[in-house]
Amino acid sequence: MSAATPGDPVIGATPADPVSQATAADPVIDADRLTRRFNGFTAVDEVSFTIGRKEIFGFLGPNGAGKTTTINMLCTLLKPTSGKATLNGYDVVTQQDEVRQSIGIVFQDPTLDDQLTARENLQFHAMLYNVPPGEREERAERVLGMVGLTERARDKVMTFSGGMKRRLEIARGLMHYPHVLFLDEPTLGLDPQTRTAIWQHVHELRAEYEITVFLTTHYMEEAENCDRIAIIDNGKIVALDTPGELKHGVGGDIITLRSADSAATVKELQDKFSLEGTVKPASADTSGPAGDRIYLEVPSGRTLLPQILKNIETEIFSVTVREPTLDDVFLGLTGKQIREESVDKSDLMKTHIRRRRSMRGTR
Amino acid sequence: MKRFRAVYIIWLRDLKRHFRDRARIVGSLGSPIIFIFILGQGIGSTIGQNLTAFGANIDYKEFMFPGILGMTVLFAGVFASVSIVWDREFGFLKEMLVAPVPSWSIALGKVISGATIASFQGCLMLLLAPLVGVSVTPLMLAQLIPTLFLVSFSMTGMGVLVASRLKSMQGFQMIMNFIMMPMFFISGAMFPLANAPQWMDTLSKIDPLTYGVDALRGIMLPDIPSRYPFTTDILMILAISVTMLAIAISAFSRQT
Repeated sequence: MSAATPGDPVIGATPADPVSQATAADPVIDADRLTRRFNGFTAVDEVSFTIGRKEIFGFLGPNGAGKTTTINMLCTLLKPTSGKATLNGYDVVTQQDEVRQSIGIVFQDPTLDDQLTARENLQFHAMLYNVPPGEREERAERVLGMVGLTERARDKVMTFSGGMKRRLEIARGLMHYPHVLFLDEPTLGLDPQTRTAIWQHVHELRAEYEITVFLTTHYMEEAENCDRIAIIDNGKIVALDTPGELKHGVGGDIITLRSADSAATVKELQDKFSLEGTVKPASADTSGPAGDRIYLEVPSGRTLLPQILKNIETEIFSVTVREPTLDDVFLGLTGKQIREESVDKSDLMKTHIRRRRSMRGTR
Repeated sequence: MKRFRAVYIIWLRDLKRHFRDRARIVGSLGSPIIFIFILGQGIGSTIGQNLTAFGANIDYKEFMFPGILGMTVLFAGVFASVSIVWDREFGFLKEMLVAPVPSWSIALGKVISGATIASFQGCLMLLLAPLVGVSVTPLMLAQLIPTLFLVSFSMTGMGVLVASRLKSMQGFQMIMNFIMMPMFFISGAMFPLANAPQWMDTLSKIDPLTYGVDALRGIMLPDIPSRYPFTTDILMILAISVTMLAIAISAFSRQT
């Protein structure tokens, strides 16, 4: 829970959250004001967070936000300009070999030797990471089975598809039983089917190997698979919480109504519930029945909806309630790609943050 | 000893790759063969035999053969170690750099694997010796193989040094034209340096291949007077190899 420092708009997890309690007790990664500058440009700016064992932790942000730079510092490829970090209890600057032995990494771009076979790639990795010779075969079989590549073990990697290569890299990253597996954009450029398969592997391996997974992504829907997410933008963490809490922080649900008389319905909503409805004419490309749609942003769609339906006299044809997505959260927090709703959301987020901070007693 | 494990692993991988790639093994013998049997034949027929500059009554092809051996080792060695650049482009270098092994062991592994591959290619060239008219005795072979390895070692050291500065394979053409070709021609591989102008003579003294070719020629063609005594050659190659290796390792460790 040391993620929040005064002045940073960081949302901590609620104290009741079991994952963050484990984090406080036994963090596997502890980053403290990690900073990296390149010729005056600050790629990562005083980033602090702790990650608990067996946690799936996501770094969500646009390209160039500092995700890969942070990973490179945590896996000792890059020295931090300032700040410090420990991984599995080892300092990433002074105990490089111990850190490296504790981690498995799947980079954005493939790092396989495509002239060698899948099994040879695993063997080579096992040798580099001090896996005892007697265990190499068995471990290779196990990880290959896990990612469904047993049949292709003797084929050269150059014959593999992009998805197979990524799976093989994940398998390779597990060969030395690391404590933390880093996945930098693990599903980038893969088809939806392979993406789903890779996520399945990630969840399986957490269950089977008791491993911590640290991943970066810029796919919002993927981040939902994480236990906790840090949203990073311009090198700073702007929010850190469970996906549910983050979405909750947006402040509500979105209700869409279609009625016989839009203007009358909006007026009724205004009079009876003090709700500001926005009317949008149905566009030609929208599927479903024609007619205007009324959008409402409400704190809790599920409880409010029955009351609305009971009290509105205009005939209502259809209703949908949508929970906010991480997309909404991200846009609200960073103000990027400003859409109609985002201004309100960022305000909501700020008040939400203020409210939470005053509740927790800001340090 | 644990530290040297990575050296062995990298050596093993490179050798696996090399021996799996038949086309490369045969292909890299292409230009030496062309040099001997076309250029060597052509020049040989033009200048005839009994050239005083050679210091002995021999065929030009014979004179040239140790030089071409040096060339084989130079090209194969530099090419093998410059594979670091390929590894960087195809990402595999990262797999090695992030492993719990010191970066000097990666550089050393590359130098040794490159030297092994280059001396293997050199040994393949030795099979052609009878066709050129050079007789290789077992005693010669016992001297030639370690010498070839030593010369290869200095060449691959240079290759790793170049590779740690080279960000993409596109720059390799430059290295080829401005380092490797001059090194080859100035070394005395193709012609005796006895009558060379002063500038060429000076340059040849800092060219590691000069000592390599001189040593190889000294072993294979004892009738031709050597430029330097054999021990001087070997000591010079050793000194250059160690220096190259030290610079290459420090350059490689500073990169990334």
